[in-house]
Amino acid sequence: MTAGRTRKLKEWGLAYLLLLPALVVFAIFTFYPFLKNFKLALYQNPPYPGLPSHYVGLHQVGSVLSSTQFHQSLISTLLYVLMVVPVGLLGGLLLALAAHRAIRGMAWFRLIFSSTVVTSVAVAAVVFGTLMDPVVGLFPWLGVNPHPAILQNPTWALPAVSLIAVWQFLGLSFVIMTAGLQSLPEEILEAARLDGAGGWAMFWRVTVPLLSPTLFFGLVVGTIYAFQSFGQIDILIGPQNSQFTHTDVLLYAVYQALSIKNDPGVAAVLSIVLFAILLVFTLAQLRFLERRVTYAGD
Amino acid sequence: MARVNFDGVSKSFGGTLAVDDLNLEVHDGELLVLLGPSGCGKTTALRMVAGLEDPSSGTVSIGDTVVNDVEPKDRDVAMVFQSYALYPHMTLRRNIEFPLRQQRVTTEERDRRVEEAATTLGLTDLLERKPGQLSGGQRQRVALARAIVRDPQVFLMDEPLSNLDATLRIQTRADIVSLQRRLGTTTIYVTHDQVEAMTMGHRIAVMRGGRLQQVAAPQDLYEHPANTFVASFLGSPGMNLIPATVDGASATVYGTTVELPAALGRVPPGPVTLGVRPEAASLAPTGIPASVTLVEQLGAETHVICSLADATRVVVRQGHQAARPDLGEAVTILIDPDHLHAFDAATGERVGAGR
Amino acid sequence: MPETDVAPITPVSSRAPSPSPPPRRRHRRFRLAVRYVLLSIGAVVVLFPIYMAVVNSLLAPSQIAHQPPPLFPVHPQWGSYRKAWSEGDLGVYLRNSAFQTSVIVVGQLVTSVLAAFAFAFLEFPFKRTLFFVFLMTLMIPFEVTIATNLSTVSSLGWFNTFPGLTIPFLATGFGTFLLRQAFLQIPRDLREAAQLDGYGNLRFLWSVAIPLARPALAALGVFSFLGAWNQYLWPLLVTGNDNSVRTVQIGLKQLINTQLDQINVSLAGTVIAVVPLLILLVVFQKQLVRSLTSGAVK
Repeated sequence: MTAGRTRKLKEWGLAYLLLLPALVVFAIFTFYPFLKNFKLALYQNPPYPGLPSHYVGLHQVGSVLSSTQFHQSLISTLLYVLMVVPVGLLGGLLLALAAHRAIRGMAWFRLIFSSTVVTSVAVAAVVFGTLMDPVVGLFPWLGVNPHPAILQNPTWALPAVSLIAVWQFLGLSFVIMTAGLQSLPEEILEAARLDGAGGWAMFWRVTVPLLSPTLFFGLVVGTIYAFQSFGQIDILIGPQNSQFTHTDVLLYAVYQALSIKNDPGVAAVLSIVLFAILLVFTLAQLRFLERRVTYAGD
Repeated sequence: MARVNFDGVSKSFGGTLAVDDLNLEVHDGELLVLLGPSGCGKTTALRMVAGLEDPSSGTVSIGDTVVNDVEPKDRDVAMVFQSYALYPHMTLRRNIEFPLRQQRVTTEERDRRVEEAATTLGLTDLLERKPGQLSGGQRQRVALARAIVRDPQVFLMDEPLSNLDATLRIQTRADIVSLQRRLGTTTIYVTHDQVEAMTMGHRIAVMRGGRLQQVAAPQDLYEHPANTFVASFLGSPGMNLIPATVDGASATVYGTTVELPAALGRVPPGPVTLGVRPEAASLAPTGIPASVTLVEQLGAETHVICSLADATRVVVRQGHQAARPDLGEAVTILIDPDHLHAFDAATGERVGAGR
Repeated sequence: MPETDVAPITPVSSRAPSPSPPPRRRHRRFRLAVRYVLLSIGAVVVLFPIYMAVVNSLLAPSQIAHQPPPLFPVHPQWGSYRKAWSEGDLGVYLRNSAFQTSVIVVGQLVTSVLAAFAFAFLEFPFKRTLFFVFLMTLMIPFEVTIATNLSTVSSLGWFNTFPGLTIPFLATGFGTFLLRQAFLQIPRDLREAAQLDGYGNLRFLWSVAIPLARPALAALGVFSFLGAWNQYLWPLLVTGNDNSVRTVQIGLKQLINTQLDQINVSLAGTVIAVVPLLILLVVFQKQLVRSLTSGAVK
């Protein structure tokens, strides 16, 4: 064997060795459980713990997908996403526009605006839980105290938990929008200014179109974030109340099926639905990452 | 120090042949320039000596050893990259000693050799700086220092001057030549710049499309180009190539008869390409009719660019005192028969003896 | 300004003191003021919930219920912090979180560096396929793998253990991608120069590639830290009933559930939980922004 071939084989071996740790983790904790969902979905949980689960084919999938509980959950999820993402993005954009110019003290404002990025969902929940409390919160003071209390209220609970998610998403949204604004080609903005564009015309005809990739990226990231956040619902509303307050979002339903109802079959069906929805958005996000590859490659 | 041999070396990438059956010997202690336009295979040839590319066929040897299967690090060659390839996160000292750290060299020996290399290249005061704080010329010298600190058998240089501005390039050109002459290390120098090649190389190997065209000392190459490509690639501007028809001892160029000098030897009758250096052509009362399309004044000399009846371009080099023709003026070009070259009209290969 | 050319000796007198600034300057000053007002409003909106949490955490329970709610703690009561720390076991939880987070951050950095190096610098069969496998993991949100992962973890006996908390997260497709990008930015010449100098793959990785990719490593480190520290769902499921491994986020949830009448204590706990991350934000703002926006802009 020539030295060239030995070198090549050594390189192959090294490459596989370097990939191995990550591949093992992925195989056990990502791909195996993901694929297992498709099997779990076909088996119904026994009525009493201890009995074996039995094969029911697509029956379980059908019954879950046609249940009113699932429909309500899907509607709640969509409403939740529709409230969180646009408001969060718009808020982030406004903050980013306000903080775009380099003026004195801007570093502090930027730090403040991006600060909610680091807050966890538990922190957000506790903080807002206090503010929304019917007794010690702000509502009695403001004179608007819905009954039943806002977090037990079928109409207002979902907007309330959405508001918490908006606040939490605001930091990320601000960071993304600021990066987008900073990447705008200065010459084009200057050319537009020389052409006499100013104020709103400038913003709508020049800034927004140029910013559209950033807005789209924010949309994708925000949507994925919204689909995956349910911690404040768990902490502030809880499994007993989530159904009648219509805050039973998909992921929370997965969590309940697993840890409260102990029903991996139903959880698997819901997981697959969640995956299908997220797939669309993740693919869009991947497109952005891929674009980075092509930029870096040339 | 050693010689380097290419024996029937070819290299293909996918379907394209980058180097095609290269046979070339680089003598011990010589500075050989690999010259050619981009994509001619010169850099690939250099990289095969370094071991950064494996030949598809043929053998590369350094000294008496065939190195095809020798790891790059064991070939005892040092390379200067076009980009200099300095490690941006290391000080100059660390950069220069980096190759030595992988060798069994004592700390004292290492420090001594780094100091020596730094002194040679005038970098002593900069050793604690990082590459980002240096000018282009200084970075270039660091790259050289990193090569010489290893005291290798062969230096490989891949367009080391192309990132420098014109003035610095001329200065550094001279520095590299004197360094190479002093160290006497066999050096292969890749460039597309024919002036660099002419001024630096003991010999020049001209490549085109993966094939070696000619190897010769600079002046030989200039005076006896083996084919039309070499003829037109060397010289600034290159040799004028004029289609003609040979009949016995004379040739006809656009109805004008040019006597072929005896020294040119026997040129077979029929179509031929005549080669004339710009300095061997002049504007005269008689000669080949042409019209002036452009006059370039370069200070000490003037290039008169003419076009013949079928738009063939002919450049005439004049002293700055000579009368300057007007644009569009009809002129006649006289060719000095003693400096005439003849090439096969079909293959472009040299015919006859020439001078 | 041309006038300084003519009269450089008397720069002061060349600008005659005018009774009021010229209209253009006054206009600019007005706009600057408006900008600061807008920025301040934004800052108040973002900070208000956290600020109120800090205020309320320093009030006695009787004061919190007072209407209108006090906006400033006149007599700060630090006892709530002591209580949260001791009764809420926050010290233990913080230590657990710190440990869990460190393991995940270090683990992700190591596996990502190794895999990214293979993808960026080595040639081996199935390279594209394997890279696609890594990208696939970005499309499978962790949430849809929970059902099977729980049974995997329990069959390994990892319930209520640190391995159970950390090992599923020791590899990241995103991190591998980010670092591969950083490695690809390293000029090929550097690698070849090192090769000629006798530096093998791993030595090149250690003395050239890693130092040069430091910004990307920092970005990934901060990103991983944030994700790990704020994890909610998995720790909730895996540390079901064992305080000794419970993380701070789950501790917070418990703090609210058990001490409803002591809002100040749970808020004190929240402040304690968020402080490490605020410090992180202040120190690593740049890296954090970098990692959050990778993909947003070219």
